[in-house]
Amino acid sequence: MAWFTRQKPSVEDTPADAEKSVRTEGLWQKCEKCSQPIWRKTLEENLLVCTNCGHHFRIDATARLRMLFDEGKYEEHDAGLVSNDPLGFVDSRRYHERLDSMRSATNLPDAVISATGLLNGRRVHICALELKFIGGSMGAVVGEKITRAIERCITERIPLVIVSASGGARMQEGAISLMQLAKISAALMKLDEARVPYISVMTDPTTGGVTASFAMLGDMNVGEPGALIGFAGPRVIEQTIRQKLPEGFQRSEFLLDHGFLDAVVKRTELKNFLDRSIRFLAD
Amino acid sequence: MPDDPIVATNDAPVPDEAPAPTGAPPEVLTNPSWQRVQLARHPKRPQALDYIERVFTGFEELHGDRFYGDDKATIGGFAYFEGRPVMVVAQQKGKDTKAKLFRNFGMPKPEGYRKAIRLMRLADKFGRPVISLIDTAGAFPGVDAEERGQAEAVAYNLREMSRLGCPVIAVVIGEGGSGGALALGVANRVYMLENAYYSVISPESCAAIIWRDSGKAPLAAEALKMTAQDLLGLKIIDGIVKEPAEGAQNDHDAAASALRETLKNALAELAPLDRQGLISDRYEKFRRMGNFFREETL
Repeated sequence: MAWFTRQKPSVEDTPADAEKSVRTEGLWQKCEKCSQPIWRKTLEENLLVCTNCGHHFRIDATARLRMLFDEGKYEEHDAGLVSNDPLGFVDSRRYHERLDSMRSATNLPDAVISATGLLNGRRVHICALELKFIGGSMGAVVGEKITRAIERCITERIPLVIVSASGGARMQEGAISLMQLAKISAALMKLDEARVPYISVMTDPTTGGVTASFAMLGDMNVGEPGALIGFAGPRVIEQTIRQKLPEGFQRSEFLLDHGFLDAVVKRTELKNFLDRSIRFLAD
Repeated sequence: MPDDPIVATNDAPVPDEAPAPTGAPPEVLTNPSWQRVQLARHPKRPQALDYIERVFTGFEELHGDRFYGDDKATIGGFAYFEGRPVMVVAQQKGKDTKAKLFRNFGMPKPEGYRKAIRLMRLADKFGRPVISLIDTAGAFPGVDAEERGQAEAVAYNLREMSRLGCPVIAVVIGEGGSGGALALGVANRVYMLENAYYSVISPESCAAIIWRDSGKAPLAAEALKMTAQDLLGLKIIDGIVKEPAEGAQNDHDAAASALRETLKNALAELAPLDRQGLISDRYEKFRRMGNFFREETL
């Protein structure tokens, strides 16, 4: 006979998925930078920019397109393109299996969404890279989708915006990925000759072969505040020079200072910035 | 990397059909891709200046990017090929320690790419073919290179090379390290020496990412399909320049004369094309490159 008898079921007895009386999970989000808790809805209304310190959270490609197109509506292009694993690459797992699981995890066919729609009433083409899909890396599919987008912009004479978020070329497709840098850059030469505007928006992070090709080739190159933008990744550079890198190295503001960005544009102002720039170039 | 242990300790050539010495990890010795990577980095392998000396006459080096400086890993200048004026741009690694330091181990900084495109445009202006000799572990990953826009310099070359109205022939003579190599490689004809490699990432870095162990580089070299044979099969290059038995390091003259034959044939092939024809030829070549996807109907 126990001295005390348990009146209520113990914590362990409570089913894991039972509704708790006060549910805060997901309603508040702590800022990654200043640790300020922010009401999730307020954060979303502010396009995932911290209302306290202005830190720009990473956002996915779909959210980016919804944010830039009028009423969040757009038409997707070349969504059926999928890689056929040209090298039969195997690392910790088979590349085609990795692609399959990425597809189901992100609900995207590859690391870019190519879309047309209206931006403040004007038809534009926007390609947004998805960092969650193998680090936003560029293989044959990303290369082809962006090249086709450029060709569409030339034929239809509509402005192009590419929003980058990528670690660079996709290792699992070897030299085929590398050649996408040349393929896209050559297509941008044609866009340039056709005098169709192209604005490159670099977001956190934009590195490697993406920076070293289309991201740096805009008629205007802009960065989101605090975004990491560079050719070599900071870890590679640290290994080369065997020193810690200075604070702010390879961030948007650093690139602005060194003359490689036209502007650092806050996410909340991006749509209007694009509108003003395109109007200046195209009207 | 300049302090790459594999580069530093690779003194002994690994012949193609050599019996496996005891004690070495088996993947190193049974893997032809890795053997070729080692030959591509062989300390006695002919470098750009060795070829320039043998294949061209009257080479006159031209310096500077007109913005910042003169990159020593990138060399360029005019020369004569079989009596015909051509512009040569190349990457030079240096052989002894002093030369390697002077050449920054063949890893160009932005001013190297800007010098190269300046000279290529000069060639275009006066209708001279461009011959590009590629040999770099990669564009230099350093603070100064980033400050001066390494990514922008590479990107700019990729776009501007596709606009050149003169014949452009590129040959990977040793290492073809990613964007730093491609930035001299947007050509009408792209060749590789038999033991050269061309890759999106070094086998060491690839192994470090996948297995967290750069010692597994031989496996990565195999997986990345970076040899001339692999890339010819993938239609990324147009041909292979045969090397003397056991590698170019054994006979610089023979390697140079094979290169001369390749260049001669390539120039002859491109001779009928006019400016617009050359631009379209180059554009279509890269436009088709890497069509390794399928189109699913949704």
